[in-house]
Parts: sequence; C-alpha cells; structure tokens
Amino acid sequence: MDNIAGRKSGLSWAVNLSVLALVVLWLIPTLGLLVSSVRDRDQIAATGWWMTPVPVEMTFRVRVAAPDEQQETDAGFVVEGNVLEEPSRAHWFEGGRGAVTAFGTRSVDPTEFAPGDSAELRGGGTLTVAADGSFRMVSDEGFGRPVNVLFQARVPPRITTENYDTVLTADGMDRAFMNTLTVAIPATVIPILIAAFAAYALAWMDFVGRGVLIAAVVGLLVVPLQLALVPLLNLHNQIGIGQSFMGIWLAHTGFGMPLAIYILRNYMVGLPRDIIESARVDGATDFQIFTRIILPLSFPALAAFAIFQFLWVWNDLLVAKVFLPSGSASQVMTVLIADDLIGSRGGDWGILAAAAFVSIAVPLLVFFTLQRYLVRGLLAGSVK
Amino acid sequence: MTPLLQGMVTILVGVTACVAYFWLSNWVLDRVIFPARGPNAGRNINRANLVRPWLFLFPAIFVLGLYLAYPVVGSFVRSLFDRSGTEFIGLGNYIDLFNSSGFRVALRNNILWLLVVPAAATAFGLLAAQLTDRLSWGNIAKSMIFMPMAISFVGASLIWRFVYANNFDIGLINAVRGVFGAERAIDVLQIPFWNNFFIMFIMIWIQTGFAMVILSAALRNIPEETIEAAIMDGAGPFRLFFSVKVPQIMGTIVVVWTTITFLVLKVFDIVYTVTGGNFGTHILPSYMMNFMFRDDGRATAVAFVIMLLVLPVMVWNIRQARRELR
Amino acid sequence: MAELSLRDVSKAFGPTEVLSGIDLHIETGELVVFVGPSGCGKSTLLRMIAGLEQITSGTLEIDGQVMNDIPPAQRGIAMVFQTYALYPHMTVRENMAFALKIAGRKRAEIDDAVERAARTLQLDKLLDRLPKQLSGGQRQRVAIGRAIVRDPKVYLFDEPLSNLDAALRVATRIEIAQLKESMPDSTMIYVTHDQVEAMTLATRIVVLAGGGIAQVGPPLELYQKPRNEFVAQFIGSPAMNLLPGEVVETGETTRVRLASGAEALAAIPTRDGDRGMTVNVGVRPEDLELTEEGGLVSGHVALTEALGELTVLHLGLGAEAPEFLAKLPGIHAGLRGRTVHLAARPDRLHLFHAGQSLLYR
Repeated sequence: MDNIAGRKSGLSWAVNLSVLALVVLWLIPTLGLLVSSVRDRDQIAATGWWMTPVPVEMTFRVRVAAPDEQQETDAGFVVEGNVLEEPSRAHWFEGGRGAVTAFGTRSVDPTEFAPGDSAELRGGGTLTVAADGSFRMVSDEGFGRPVNVLFQARVPPRITTENYDTVLTADGMDRAFMNTLTVAIPATVIPILIAAFAAYALAWMDFVGRGVLIAAVVGLLVVPLQLALVPLLNLHNQIGIGQSFMGIWLAHTGFGMPLAIYILRNYMVGLPRDIIESARVDGATDFQIFTRIILPLSFPALAAFAIFQFLWVWNDLLVAKVFLPSGSASQVMTVLIADDLIGSRGGDWGILAAAAFVSIAVPLLVFFTLQRYLVRGLLAGSVK
Repeated sequence: MTPLLQGMVTILVGVTACVAYFWLSNWVLDRVIFPARGPNAGRNINRANLVRPWLFLFPAIFVLGLYLAYPVVGSFVRSLFDRSGTEFIGLGNYIDLFNSSGFRVALRNNILWLLVVPAAATAFGLLAAQLTDRLSWGNIAKSMIFMPMAISFVGASLIWRFVYANNFDIGLINAVRGVFGAERAIDVLQIPFWNNFFIMFIMIWIQTGFAMVILSAALRNIPEETIEAAIMDGAGPFRLFFSVKVPQIMGTIVVVWTTITFLVLKVFDIVYTVTGGNFGTHILPSYMMNFMFRDDGRATAVAFVIMLLVLPVMVWNIRQARRELR
Repeated sequence: MAELSLRDVSKAFGPTEVLSGIDLHIETGELVVFVGPSGCGKSTLLRMIAGLEQITSGTLEIDGQVMNDIPPAQRGIAMVFQTYALYPHMTVRENMAFALKIAGRKRAEIDDAVERAARTLQLDKLLDRLPKQLSGGQRQRVAIGRAIVRDPKVYLFDEPLSNLDAALRVATRIEIAQLKESMPDSTMIYVTHDQVEAMTLATRIVVLAGGGIAQVGPPLELYQKPRNEFVAQFIGSPAMNLLPGEVVETGETTRVRLASGAEALAAIPTRDGDRGMTVNVGVRPEDLELTEEGGLVSGHVALTEALGELTVLHLGLGAEAPEFLAKLPGIHAGLRGRTVHLAARPDRLHLFHAGQSLLYR
C-alpha cells in the first residue's frame, strides 16, 4: 500500500497530524491529573497544571513578633529579618531560591508596594521589604503588637509526594487498596475454573439442549446488573452471608460467568478438531482431553478473560457499593473515592488526583504489560 | 484473620473444591455408576457420555441461574410490591415512576446516551483505526488511545471533573476559554441539558479505544487484493474507505455498536461520580441507586425498565448467535 | 492498442534487490507470460507495471509515455487478481461498474458496457448476485469482466487460475485463449508458475530467475533452443537431463566424451578453440529412445512410472547424474531392474558451458 505509485505525500502528513491530535486529546486529561498529583496543593490552586515547570506567584502572610524582637537604635525601634526564612514558609525557598515581587500590609491588597518601597504601617512606623526577602521595620515609638506582613513571592515549582502520603495514611487509601486486592483476586480466579469446564462442554460435547444453553449464555451476557442487586442482596441476607467479602466474591463470580463462558467457548471451538479426535482415538476420556489438551491450549483465552475480569472487578463501583458493608474496614478504593473523598476533599485536587492514581496504578500496569492478551481476548469475542 | 488472608484461603478452598468436584464426579460416573467393564461396558460408556456434559455444566448453570436468571424474575416480582415488600401493588411502582419528573428526565437522558455514546465511540474508533493503520508509530498511538479502557469509571470521572473544573487555573476547558477572552469561569456540568453531553464524552473517551482495537483488527482482515483492485479502479482514499472498506466490516461495526450499547445501559459510576445525578444528569442506572437500600420496590422497577430497554437488542443478539451455530 | 516497454527496471525492498536490469519491449496485441520459480519477482514485476509497487529505478513506458509516477488508475491498465478480489458487498453488476462509476461516466454508458461484457462472458443471468453466491469459475469470469468493462490498453493477469480446481483450470485457460482471440488488439501480460499455461497461452514467454530475465522468446523457441541450463530445466516436464563431459571434436557437429566414457554427437557447430572445454550435454527425457548397445547412456532402471500412454524410467547412473529420466512412448512393464541403453538423435542434444547454469547475455 505504501508503495503505490503517484501517491500524494500531503495526505500522509494530514494523517500523521490528525493521529497526533487524537492521541494528545486522549492523553492530556490523564496527564493533567497525574502532574497535579505530585504538585504542591497551594500551587495547584495558584496556577494550572500546564504551568507546572514555571515558578508560581504566591501570596504569603508572615506575622512578625515585633515587640519581642525590636531593638532600640539611633534610628528608633528597628526589627530586621527575612520573610523568606520564616520557619513555616522556609521549605518553599530552600537554597536561596525565590524572590519577593511585591508586598503589602493589608490582606485586601497584598501587592500594594514594590520591593524596596517604604510602606506606612497602620500602627505607626514604616516597613521595607527587599526583593531578596530581607525586611526592616522602623518605628519611633516602638511596636506594641505583632505586625502582619503580606508578600507575594515568585516560588519555584515544587514536586512532592505529600499528596500520596496524605491519601495513603490519613485518608485510608492503604486499607482500601488491600480491600480492593482482596476482592479482585478470588473474584478473578474462581469463575475461570467453573467457566472453563462449561465452555468445553458447550464447545466439544454433543448433547440435547446445547444450542439453547449457548443462546442462554449470550442472552445473560447482556442482562443489566441492576436487576440482580435487590434480589441477591436479600438472598445473601437470608442465607446469612449478608454484606461481606464472601458475598461480593460470589456476586462477581456470577456476573462474570457469561462473558467467561462466551470468550472461552469461542476460543475452544476454534481449536483443531483433529487434535481432540486423535486424543479420543488414543483412548483419552473427556476429562483427560479437557485437562491435558484443551486447558493448556486455551491459555491465551484464559489469560484474556482473567485480565478482563480483574480489570472489571478492580474498577467496579456498583457491586462493591451494594454487596460490601459501607464501613472503612471493607471499603474498596472506588467506593472510598466516589463516596468519601469527593465529598470531604471536593476541592483538594492534589489529594483527589493522588487517590485516583493509587487506584488506577495496578490496572494500568496490568494493561501495559498484558495488552497483547487483552486485545486477543477482545477479538475472540467479536471478530469472526 | 485479615481480609487478604481470608481471600487467599478462599482461593485455595474454592479452587480445590472446584477441582475436587469435577474430578470426583467424573470418577464416580466412570467407575461406580457406569463402569466401562463387564457385559454392559459399551452401553455404560454411552450412558456416561450422556451424563458427563451436565457434570461439566452444573456449577456454571447453577451460578448463572442463581445470579443472573433468577434475579430477572425476582426483580420483576419484587417491583410489584411496595416499599416494605409485603403489599402487592401491581404496577403501582411503575405508575409512580412515570409520573415523577426525575424518572422522566433520567429516561430521556438514558435514551440520549444510547443514541450518542455508541455512535460517537464507534465513529471515533473507526477513525482512529483507519488513521493509525499504516502508521509507523500506529501501535504506540493505539496503545495510548486504548489506555482509558484500563481506568475505572470512577478514575475517569475524576480525570474529567478536573478538566471541567470551574476555575481558570484548574480546568482545561475554562483555561482555553480564558485564552479566548472569557471573563468568568463556567461550570460546564451545570449547563442545563448540555451538561449531559460533557458527561457522555467521558464514556466515549473510554470506549473509543475498545472500538478502535476491534475495528482495526477487522480492517486488517479485509483482503488486501480488494483494496488494490479498488485502487486500480481509481478509488481515492475517501471512496476507498467508505465504499470498499467500511461495507466489508459492517458486521463488526454492528457488534461493536451493540456491545457499547449494553455497557451504556449498565454504567452508573460516571454520573454518580461526576454530578451525583444533580443538574438534571441522572440516567436510569444512577437514578435507581437513589432508591437502593431505601425502597426496593422502586429500585427494582427502575431496573426492570432498564431490562426492557435492553430486550430488543438482546433478542437480536441471541438470534445472531443461533444463526452462527448452524 | 498499446505497446509497453521496460528499460533497465529494478526493484529493491530496502537493501534487498529483488529485480534488476529488466529490459523488455511488448508489442500491441501480444500475450506475454512471465514464468519463473516462486520468489523470482514475477509478481513484483507485474505489480510494478500495475503501479501497485514503486519502480526503484529505470523507466516504464506505455505507448511512449513514462508511467513511473502515474497512479494505477490512470495508466490505462486493468488487473485480474489471483483471489479475484471481488468486492464482497457489491453485486456482480456493481463490481463491474465500480471503476466506471468512479470515473464519472454516464449511467447509460455504464449499463451498456456492463451488459456487453456480461454477454461476452456469459454472466448475463448472474448480474444481480453477490460474489458469495457464485462458484469459483464464475467469480473468475466476473473478475475478468471487471477488467474488460474498463476497456484498458493493457490487461494484467496475476496467476488467475491458481485458485481453481484442475478441470476448471483447463476450461478457463481455453476461455482466456478465446478471449484473447476475440480481442486481437489488446495487450496482455500474464503471470503464472504453471508452464502448461505459459506454453499454451503465450505469444512470448519471459522466464525470470534470480532477479533477472533468463530468456525471452516464443514458447517453442524456449523449448527447442534454451539459452542456458536454467531455462532448459525449467521448461519441459520432466526436466532436461544434464550429463557432464568434455569437447573432443569440433566443427559442423561436436563430439563430447562423457564422464562415463561414452561419446555423444551433437548437431551444434563449435570452433577449434572449444576443444577440451568442459560442458554439460542436455537431453530431454522425451528425446531418448531404447537402443541395443552403446548409445548415450547405459544404466540400471531403478523405478518405472507407467502413465499409460508413456512410461517414465528412472535410471541410476551413479555420481555422474544422480537422477536421469527417460520418457518412452507406450507401456514397458518389464524394464524395472534391468539395464537399458538409451540413445538420442544428434539434433536433439544441447550443449551448455559447465558451471554457468544461469547465463545472461
């Protein structure tokens, strides 16, 4: 195709550019959140994530304990120091970075004066703040109470893992992570086994009602989950499972079953008939054929479904909300984010972003390492 | 016992139980009930082979029946009773629902979703599949577009809430508006009616990769010679795409379309996380969760309405499957 | 109504050169067949003429116009593909009309052209069927019809019969020959690996091997006067036998002493200086006949294959010629295990320089 004579190269440029545009459009939202998750919370509020590499202009307030620190000199009472070295702010300006770009004395107008200007203080006296942060307050009468100094400084970008620390410790994401893992692994392993036997029977055994059963599986494939919620929760409550891990494992096993059977059967049907018949001629029973021949040969389909089911269970919100108790002891990550964090940390994007990335890290890892199987599994289900 | 440990034990017990069931039941069948020995060996083998499929199928049928088939009936029956579940009220829940404006909005939105999301995701997917097809870096591009598939609906919702944020310095949409001189940031999630489309786009963003992967494989399955024949017939790139390629993968396009349709009918996470259904953005699955744990009668009634929406496509799907079987 | 010429054409995929220095001129009305072993580049050459592959260097002219950078559709050619390449979603009529529709012809004109082609190929009753409702042979005819409708200057056929079963292949081959007959002015290029197709259809055969042209000529010329060992062994079945030897006598005829000690007299003139040269004597299995004593070769019959009208003898001659075949008319049941003597007429022998199996001029 690329070799066709007389082809215009303009079109090829257009294709490259449109794909690039599409990829950028698809990546940017995720990238934005990822970048934000490692930014300082104050900086997130101050500038957009796309400005991350650029220093941020931020406003600070420093309380100078003037009465304690003032010294009497020829010029009057003097307080000297450096606003950038104030202990609570110092981490912003480590190594002498950062510069004061304006200062003020009233919180309504923190940028009233340029560095080096002399500002009249309300309580009497003058204040000068230089660009390097050093300040000098002079008053003839002395300072009776602490003075608030507001200044705006250009702050270098700050990359930090604080958001992740907070989310993992204070917000209980660590516990939720373990809970998600607890839900996901058994809910992935158990259905595969059950489905594999059924898929073999539907693919390679002859019996009355096979066609009906296959049609039933295809039909159940699309039954909305919503229908199952109320009756099954009631059932679980009646038989004593209630809202518990056991309950959610069973539920995921059931809900994943049609897809598992469908994918595995489609794959097994495609295995060469000769292999199975030659095994039968060699005297193998169905059980032996299944365990010795079909299962090993079906590995790609088993892997594909395992990835599917794992991603689905890991990312699920609905089933977890209904079948797990709502306390933090058994909360999974999706529920924690959707129900708790968005409510309590609604505007705190650093925390939300970190939480989101903790929850999608494992699926992304699975996705990028096992993409090949995932694609193959998708295709087994739909392309004939 | 910590939950994780409990999980490991469950895996162990579950797997052992499954293997033991399959092995033991086969053993009993072949050795005890119908032994392949003695005067009736041949007849016994045949009989065993009549029973065996059902041994293989039993656990799956049991689980399918209990967790998917029974609930269809169970939900329907439950939806005919009132909140407490004791008094039979016939179609009372359904009548109440259709009289409530909240339900009607959710139904309207859901139909919008059904019309817009599968169409848009399939179209984008087809476009991406075609454009990346012959590209040297096509596989990397595909990987990137496919990636949202791995992200949970909750995660994706957060990602897009961030894009839509009502602040020039946080939300990308508002930042772009700012560049073009907008003076006040707006919250796109509060614009009546149109906010639905902003939420739908999240689903489109996720599903495009799925559509692309499948359609891209279908495009590759088109016999190369038909494409070369079309080139020799003088077809330009657009005619080649629309008159020769797309008709040949129509079957796959329909499969992708219906698959996304089913997904759209299940997804409540996105609306729940992005707006919680406020500002007129409910769809049926999220609307149902308003009643979950509060009024099972109403909740099951909503669920059954969803089922009714799926039904036509489901019937069509089963027909397709049966045709392929023959 | 078109002549086509290739001048010093070569093709490389990256660093690997698959064709080089191809020079060929095709006259109006010719049916030229490209043959050669798989991988010799015959299909690539055809696809370069079609415009489906870029020409790495050299020029392609059709009717005196350089076509190297002209898109396929504007070269005035039509191609019939190996797998027919019918558009599966279009009816026979739509398949045949597609090119004309793209070219923006008038409806009536298109209908007329399609009807005419369909009548020629007996497709009239199938026009509204889909390709999947047709048999293999019918699909093949639609593919040819699609080419005819365009009324091209040059027809290209890429192994068009290889997907048909044996009986249908013979029938379709004859149809193609008749089609050519009915269009004496059309130029056709036909690629195949089947030498029967090549021999029966071609006005000229181009034997391709090792990325170049081994020989060009009318079919019988290639059979009777192969210019090198490759062509000698490629054309004709079973392949020509080669016996190593040394020239001992030159002149109007040449005498060669074979490694076995026997002498062969070939009706091929040589010069004095050729005496002592090592050569290979070529003899076709069908040119051998049984003789009493002496002759060209004597050997033990290891195997006989009786085909009814003729019998193929497999002779073991030791290291001299591990596989030596003779094709005798009639049935010779009792020869297996016996020693036979075989001779050939001097004018049926060929001489080749030893070690130059692929000789390019």
